[in-house]
Amino acid sequence: MRLILRIWRQKNRNTKGKFARYEVNDVNPDMSMLECLDVLNEDLARRGKEPVAFEHDCREGICGSCGFMINGVAHGPLSGTTVCQLTMRHFKDGEELILEPWRARAFPLVKDLAVDRNAFDRIIAAGGYISISTGSAPDGNAIPVSKERADAAMDAAQCIGCGACVAACPNASASLFTGAKITHLGLLPQGQPERDLRAVRMVTQMNLEQFGQCTNIGECVAVCPKLIPIEVIGRMNHDYIAGSMREPEAGEA
Amino acid sequence: MELHSRTPSGPIEQAWDKARFEMKLVNPANKRKHNIIVVGSGLAGASAAASLGELGYGVQCFCFQDSPRRAHSIAAQGGINAAKNYPNDGDSVYRLFYDTVKGGDFRSREANVYRLAQISVSIIDQCVAQGVPFAREYGGTLANRSFGGAQVSRTFYARGQTGQQLLLGAYQALERQIDAGRVAMFPRTEMLDLIVIDGRARGIVARNLVTGQITTYLGDAVVLATGGYGNVYYLSTNAKGSNATAIWRAYKRGALFANPCFTQIHPTCIPVSGDYQSKLTLMSESLRNDGRIWVPKTKGDKRPPNQIPAEDRDYYLERRYPSFGNLVPRDVASRNAKNVCDEGRGVGPGGLGVYLDFADAIRRLGEKVIRERYGNLFDMYERITDENPYKVPMRIYPAIHYTMGGLWVDYQLMSTIPGLFVGGEANFSDHGANRLGASALMQGLSDGYFILPYTIGNYLADNKLNSVEESSSEIRGAVAGVENNIQKLLSINGKRTVDSFHRELGKVVWEYCGMARTAAGLKHAIERIRELREEFWQDVNVPGSDADLNQSLERAGRVADFFELAELMCIDGLHRNESCGGHFREEHQTPEGEALRDDEHFSYVAAWEYRGPGNPPELQKEPLAFEYVHPSQRSYK
Ligand SMILES: Cc1cc2nc3c(=O)[nH]c(=O)nc-3n(C[C@H](O)[C@H](O)[C@H](O)COP(=O)(O)OP(=O)(O)OC[C@H]3O[C@@H](n4cnc5c(N)ncnc54)[C@H](O)[C@@H]3O)c2cc1C
Ligand code: FES
Repeated sequence: MRLILRIWRQKNRNTKGKFARYEVNDVNPDMSMLECLDVLNEDLARRGKEPVAFEHDCREGICGSCGFMINGVAHGPLSGTTVCQLTMRHFKDGEELILEPWRARAFPLVKDLAVDRNAFDRIIAAGGYISISTGSAPDGNAIPVSKERADAAMDAAQCIGCGACVAACPNASASLFTGAKITHLGLLPQGQPERDLRAVRMVTQMNLEQFGQCTNIGECVAVCPKLIPIEVIGRMNHDYIAGSMREPEAGEA
Repeated sequence: MELHSRTPSGPIEQAWDKARFEMKLVNPANKRKHNIIVVGSGLAGASAAASLGELGYGVQCFCFQDSPRRAHSIAAQGGINAAKNYPNDGDSVYRLFYDTVKGGDFRSREANVYRLAQISVSIIDQCVAQGVPFAREYGGTLANRSFGGAQVSRTFYARGQTGQQLLLGAYQALERQIDAGRVAMFPRTEMLDLIVIDGRARGIVARNLVTGQITTYLGDAVVLATGGYGNVYYLSTNAKGSNATAIWRAYKRGALFANPCFTQIHPTCIPVSGDYQSKLTLMSESLRNDGRIWVPKTKGDKRPPNQIPAEDRDYYLERRYPSFGNLVPRDVASRNAKNVCDEGRGVGPGGLGVYLDFADAIRRLGEKVIRERYGNLFDMYERITDENPYKVPMRIYPAIHYTMGGLWVDYQLMSTIPGLFVGGEANFSDHGANRLGASALMQGLSDGYFILPYTIGNYLADNKLNSVEESSSEIRGAVAGVENNIQKLLSINGKRTVDSFHRELGKVVWEYCGMARTAAGLKHAIERIRELREEFWQDVNVPGSDADLNQSLERAGRVADFFELAELMCIDGLHRNESCGGHFREEHQTPEGEALRDDEHFSYVAAWEYRGPGNPPELQKEPLAFEYVHPSQRSYK
């Protein structure tokens, strides 16, 4: 296969970026999108040109490192799939693809297709955990959790923190990401003591990071590689409102 | 150099209690005065950094990814072992200990393994309390499954994403300490050298991967939890960024490297499909619980699998190992797959594959149950191969997966450099010559949550450390060394890319230091690696500058270290004139083709000491004594 790639090239945050056009000729339909970029990058490197920077690590759809827009869609056309798992057989010979980084105020650009997503880490640091220090835990079976509940918690806990939800949202909201963690921990009995505080602190941090407000558009769910359900946002809003009444001080950043 | 394992004397059941009792404690008010450097944020690093922060130490934690949550541990699929015996099927701490020593083919330190089995129980409790959503039974209790190399169900799991959930638990604990101001996190920062002053580890030299800035970080102890070196083979199941640079540079500063040739080939990975391939994808070994492995009985049988009747199939593991069947340990399963493919009975393109068939399990349990157990793995398989494993058997082939070798550590997890501790896959401890499934996660968390926080405290309380001058010659020397190396790589301007060298190196190591090894092959590999390394330093092309994000430069530094490590792996493999676990020397096998150990001559840990550039490394031996589990020929028949 042959593909034409228009890729956003930008040296760093302080310089201006622009699209560059590349042709990749030896595309094998079994390759992943990232392997296709590898082929391009090998070719660029052989010619002494700078390869395209993009994030990746596991290449198995689980670390959440990779991600960029393909023709305006976060992670490209295949539902439930990250770009590292997206094989080229989903594209047509001769097709032109536009690759751009996630664009959001809270995700400043690092280089080319790589952005800074540390705002997500700060949202977790604000309360996305259960405060249990090492060594103080009771026996694992001391707290039964029904299978349904454990499964629902797991559905939300699968989030890989890739940022596609933010990139797809016209408001650049991080509600799906934040809601997923609030739901995962909030569904479990272990998560109850801090439930109010957690929701209030995490939502407050999310707002501080300059993510936009959720207006229930649902683009986030459409691109989420882990198919996190939209219900997590409702749960976040519920816990946030309930928590704000019970823990009014927690929201003061 | 003499190696002191510092294993406590007395009954093994009490060794860890005794060691803890004998440890000196740091006064709580003094803890915050100590700065501890933790390199790595995988299971071992994140759990250590979080636990040390909880105790009140000042901690600086480093990773090369953009966030600590993305460490390679996130990709572990199948599960984590613990001797809870919840299913009441006869498990115990002793049995887990026994299985692990035997599974490691009698090349690990008994006391360490016993401690690991003891601690396994607390790990599950800790993770449950953190909110790790382990699989549950309908009654609400924790669910277990069995895993390769064991006949009891002791594996805890969170669908096929156990590593993800355990790592997120540790990451969240880490973020809690970051929020509390006790841990400072440095993502996108790569350690490039260890600072050793007066014989003690006192800090690291690291490069900010976005700005290129080289900075020194000083502390009272350094922990390396930087993962394994499987990527020396280029194609592996490891994350693309996994590398050996941190442990390799510590080796060159005086930390001994133990058993480098002990690497693990995992039997169930998706076969290679083309030259462009950048990595291999693991299909969790838990699939072997319900999947049956077979190849056609006759060579060259090209019929599609569903047209090959039962009598023309060879379920070779069930045939050769009736008691363990498809659940034999990894080294045995991998070698058997290689053998049937070498016989010409392999399936799929190139004949490098065997079937892993779920038809019987689906008939017995229904598709729904199978989907519940392995749904995400089946989806992943289909996404990559475009074949539906509910309908046609999966094709699998062995791939490099884990490295048992690593920096030598004593019972306190301290290397031969005082103050340098090593945890997780980066150290050599616990798994001997072969690791059992679901025990790396256990070891990483055992090291990080429950061992290092104690032993580092003991080291700090027991040693008076002088303050370090930023301008000392050791620090200036280390920084200059790092800077020179980077400038050298950037200035070669040769014709070949970093990846082309890495691929070529990987092929050599896979061919001669992979699933089967011979003396002649290893000698040839050593020559070839040296030639290639020389060529690398003359002809590599690293585009871009050192002043911003430069992924080619990052890879170049790692590949340069892989070249040196690859040679040491072959030297170690050549010297070990026996077969054990994952180290299969063709010259040493039983008449049935199983690994033939030589306990009389090789019952020791081979720890290699760096002797300067151009000099051969020096072998130091830590003899292994087996007082509890008596070495026998492993049998899974
Ligand atoms: C696909 C796959 C599936 C697996 N499944 C299982 C399983 O089911 N059960 C099981 O028990 N085991 C499993 N394993 C093995 C297990 O996942 C690993 O052995 C384990 O996670 C290693 O953890 P770690 O903390 O030692 O290192 P890692 O998770 O590899 O973390 C290394 C850390 O060090 C950092 N680092 C490395 N070098 C540097 C440097 N120079 N400077 C700064 N930071 C650095 C990295 O950024 C990272 O944070 C699996 C492995 C693979 C590949
Ligand atoms: S590289 Fe890890 S999710 Fe894509």
